[in-house]
Amino acid sequence: MVDAADAAEVTAGRVERGGRVAEGLRAYRLIVAMWIRSTMAYRTSFVLTTLGNFATTALDFVAILLMFSRVDALGGYALGEVAFLYGLTSVSFGLADLAIGSMDRLGRRVRDGTLDTLLVRPAPVLAQVAADRFGLRRLGRVTQGALVLGYALATVDIDWTPAKLLLMPVMLVSGAGIFGAVFVAAAAFQFVAQDASEVSNAFTYGGTTLLQYPPTVFARELVRGVTFVVPLAFVNWLPASHVLERPYPLDLPAWVAFAPPAVAVACCALAGLAWRAGLRSYRSTGS
Amino acid sequence: MGSGRLYAAVAAGGFRRYATYRAATAAGVFTNTVFGLILVYTYLALWDAKPQLGGYDQAQAVTYVWLGQALLAALAIGGGGFEDELMERIRTGDIAVDLYRPADLQLWWLAADLGRALFQVLGRGLVPFAFGAVFFPVALPREASAWAAFLVAVLLAAMVSFGLRYLVALSAFWLMDGTGVTQMAWLAGFFCSGMLLPLNVFPGALGEVVRALPWSSMLQAPADVLLGEADPLGTFVFQAGWALVLLAVGRLVQSAATRRVVVQGG
Repeated sequence: MVDAADAAEVTAGRVERGGRVAEGLRAYRLIVAMWIRSTMAYRTSFVLTTLGNFATTALDFVAILLMFSRVDALGGYALGEVAFLYGLTSVSFGLADLAIGSMDRLGRRVRDGTLDTLLVRPAPVLAQVAADRFGLRRLGRVTQGALVLGYALATVDIDWTPAKLLLMPVMLVSGAGIFGAVFVAAAAFQFVAQDASEVSNAFTYGGTTLLQYPPTVFARELVRGVTFVVPLAFVNWLPASHVLERPYPLDLPAWVAFAPPAVAVACCALAGLAWRAGLRSYRSTGS
Repeated sequence: MGSGRLYAAVAAGGFRRYATYRAATAAGVFTNTVFGLILVYTYLALWDAKPQLGGYDQAQAVTYVWLGQALLAALAIGGGGFEDELMERIRTGDIAVDLYRPADLQLWWLAADLGRALFQVLGRGLVPFAFGAVFFPVALPREASAWAAFLVAVLLAAMVSFGLRYLVALSAFWLMDGTGVTQMAWLAGFFCSGMLLPLNVFPGALGEVVRALPWSSMLQAPADVLLGEADPLGTFVFQAGWALVLLAVGRLVQSAATRRVVVQGG
């Protein structure tokens, strides 16, 4: 049996590096457009599943509201401040989930052999896997996060400075980049661990659940882990500490609040390497 | 007697079927442990701000978190047992074959689901629970009788869970596509079972309503029995009552559904 992964790389090797990224983006755009058209064929179903997506993600915030119906502060943070953290991570995660959230289906494709179909198509595999079964209904999560963020901005009395204003969009985009890297790395892991796709949930859904609560709630070791090992703290905890003028977790220096873009780029690079290693290790089961 | 053996075999099959996927089970254990870890700190902060909230002390709240993670898969609180498969069979028409079998449809799926639940208690529940008990202060009873009562409550919880999901699955006879109903069932399951937050923490009238609904049999009831917060006998009556009602309604709906089934000839 010809090694399909190698074959795909040989084809890809002919194209220049920069051209490859553009080609990937183009393929991604085309496949996404196809899935959107397909979704829109069933409009009622789209509206209902988007509402369902909205409602299921809102449940996390309902838990927070229920908690605050009994207490005034959690880990020293008031409801508005927790909502600020919640909104930031939900929008970042929601954007990443919308863009490439279907990547967790990779394990299934490896198992049933349909990944081979993607390998022989003349488009980068990463772009194809990322756009596979693109779910526009995931806008529900982004909308829900944005509403909570809007509520937080309206209730929390933030002393706005140009730096803080600039940090808002930067933090949302970088956060989406960091979560995107987690999705790609988790998908790369599925080449090895096929059935164990649920592990990625611990880092993606688990990660955003963690970030919904203030860092002061968690044990120091856990905060250290999500700062230095899986740098999720850069999604909202650290930049939000600057915006809310709160003490930084782990007594980190003040400049870390502005590190998210660099961290996001580094994460994406590492995830890209992991993806290549994963794809290279892939051996089709054959028939 | 023969039929007893049949359903025992079906239950054993359900157990073995889920036991086959070892990597998936290990992944589930890992994920439940991570979620338990996150939740336990939020609960600790909550009970720090308000000790004795809902009548639990901090150790009881911690135990509650790990119990939830241990039972989440077994009781299929968010769905995910047999119902997807049954709905698919209804949609494709394979259900006609099932109805021809010399076995009762409801008992067949109940047996298979209890087999699955037993595996998931052992395979997915024990490790996260043990992790929680080792690394966090938990409140566990010493008497064997309390543990026995807890196991009975879990069995009844599994029956209630089945009763609810059987109704969800049968909705496919009328709706064909079960996506919406499955999603509503997930929401209700998470919110009303105590998975989101212990039901005794819910404020005022909302708390009283959710505690009376069948979902409270699934996590809140076994937890309160283990934590010594509820009288076991009263809890059993409450759970068994809901289980009987749901199974009876399931039976009625099933007979109504099978009367209107038209198998596509060919």
